[in-house]
Amino acid sequence: MAPRTAGSLTAGAPAAGTRAPGAPAADAPAAPADTAPRAAWVRGLSREFAGQRVLDQLDLDIAPGEFVALIGRSGSGKSTLLRALAGLDRGVTGDLGVAGTAAVAFQEPRLLPWRRVWANVGLGLRTGDAKTVALDALEEVGLGARANAWPLTLSGGEAQRAALARALVREPSLLLLDEPFSALDALTTITMHRLVLRLWAHHEPAVLLVTHDVDEALSLSDRVLVLAGGQIAFSERIEVPRPRERDHPELAALRNRLLTELGVVTEG
Amino acid sequence: MPGNTPTGLLPTGLARGTPAAGGSATDAPGPEAARTAPGPGGQHAAAAAPHLSVVPAGRAESAPGARGTAPGAQPGKPAARRRNRTWFRIISPLVVLIGWQLVSMSGLISQQKLPPPSTVFHTAITLITTSNAAYGTLQGAMLVSLERVAIGFAVGGAAGLVLGVIAGLSRLGENSVDPLMQMLRTLPLFGLIPVFIVWFGIGQLPKILLIALGAAIPLYLNTFSGIRNVDAKLAEAGQSLGLHRGETIRHIILPGALPQILVGLRQSLGIAWLALVVAEQINANAGLGYIINQGQAFLNNSVIFVALLVYCVLGLLTDALVRLMERRALAWRQGLLDH
Repeated sequence: MAPRTAGSLTAGAPAAGTRAPGAPAADAPAAPADTAPRAAWVRGLSREFAGQRVLDQLDLDIAPGEFVALIGRSGSGKSTLLRALAGLDRGVTGDLGVAGTAAVAFQEPRLLPWRRVWANVGLGLRTGDAKTVALDALEEVGLGARANAWPLTLSGGEAQRAALARALVREPSLLLLDEPFSALDALTTITMHRLVLRLWAHHEPAVLLVTHDVDEALSLSDRVLVLAGGQIAFSERIEVPRPRERDHPELAALRNRLLTELGVVTEG
Repeated sequence: MPGNTPTGLLPTGLARGTPAAGGSATDAPGPEAARTAPGPGGQHAAAAAPHLSVVPAGRAESAPGARGTAPGAQPGKPAARRRNRTWFRIISPLVVLIGWQLVSMSGLISQQKLPPPSTVFHTAITLITTSNAAYGTLQGAMLVSLERVAIGFAVGGAAGLVLGVIAGLSRLGENSVDPLMQMLRTLPLFGLIPVFIVWFGIGQLPKILLIALGAAIPLYLNTFSGIRNVDAKLAEAGQSLGLHRGETIRHIILPGALPQILVGLRQSLGIAWLALVVAEQINANAGLGYIINQGQAFLNNSVIFVALLVYCVLGLLTDALVRLMERRALAWRQGLLDH
């Protein structure tokens, strides 16, 4: 998927960009000069909350179409990084950019209860045929029949699918998923995993999935990252073809490794 | 339930609690429990709207009853029971009316002091059909009163709404508008009447101003807090979808505040009628309050009762009008309530 415009969400901080050789100037964003195209990049990103440094000079590149899972302990700054990429955090320092558009699916569906489902999906679309586009997207996530329903009548899984449709209808080059399955029951989660993989294969956005579920990260992503100490403390590619068996030896080994990285003592 | 309890009050908390709580509750293993019990949504309502203390009480009252009688009730049954109860509600007023008639007729209380309903009815017919020198016609007085309340409410309500939006949307607005409104709020409304008479005389103006001032306050307070209580996560979602500030206000903040704005609307209407009654009994030469004064002067209590009843009916009618608006504008909530 070719990035359309190099629309950047540069959070300008004078000194922060120093780590990246040839980092883009604050008001002239462009992909870093070296190597391949990127869906998103982050250079020297820091964020403090009340003196507490949550992100500390963090660097990250996401390739176009790459499915990246970001795991970390509670409070490790996973969501902070995601929100920064979504342009929702004005307090970060450092450089970051998204080639094209980013769209978010949050932990809660965050549908507007006073707009019908299709109108939620089409919210903010600038095209003339917003309704048609929205209906198509709902059809794609298997929610065509509920297009005219009020959001409050949807089940949790349905609402989350509507939220996915709302994110995808913008044809984002970067899809940001902020623990979108954590409030769903186990069976619904399995269905949602399949749906996300199908949508990803079809639309080919780069995906950043923030999760606290190691198995979710292992079964979905091309690359799994561990966020600790405000930086990417661990990064590993997963080459196992999908659909993945949970007890694939490579995944099992990686699972133990990840748990260790996360500070969970594994036995046996 | 939604039909007869103060509907406007009930859903405010629900609306606020829903995006997260409602969404996950319906998907939880026990949807029946989530529906009948005053669950997270209900508690949220109590926590988020402490000044609307009527709400959680009414909710808590009805919910356990529904649970106690039929734990696994069929979807059809509660509705039938509700209809039953609605019909039941007519009985007590009827009993009071009949009792009143009997007490008056039996001579326990003189008919001069408490005219029986039949006399009141007869007086009403007479006031409508003939123009009396002392009272004019009932419909004429009604029109005069309605005009006062309509103008006063329109002016005051609009001011309250606009100021509430200004204060709700920005810190600057809050800091400039809210202190003044809080001061006005604590002013005893009817204590202003002598001042208003000195300032504005005894014509229409002081009456309309009194109504406007009374109507402005609840609408202001509810609009302000309605806006401030809109779920910030929804506004953030809007931002992530690329909505501009104006679009966020139009699509997210104002619709989110609407349930509480409508509560304010009903409270404002109530105060507007109240202010009308008081204003009209001071130096009025037309209107329902004038009729009451004349009735008092001529020791004709049945005329007073007619005027009071007309106030009641007009108040009920305007309230029903707002309820109709609510049902239209807040149709999205119905799914939750009927579910």
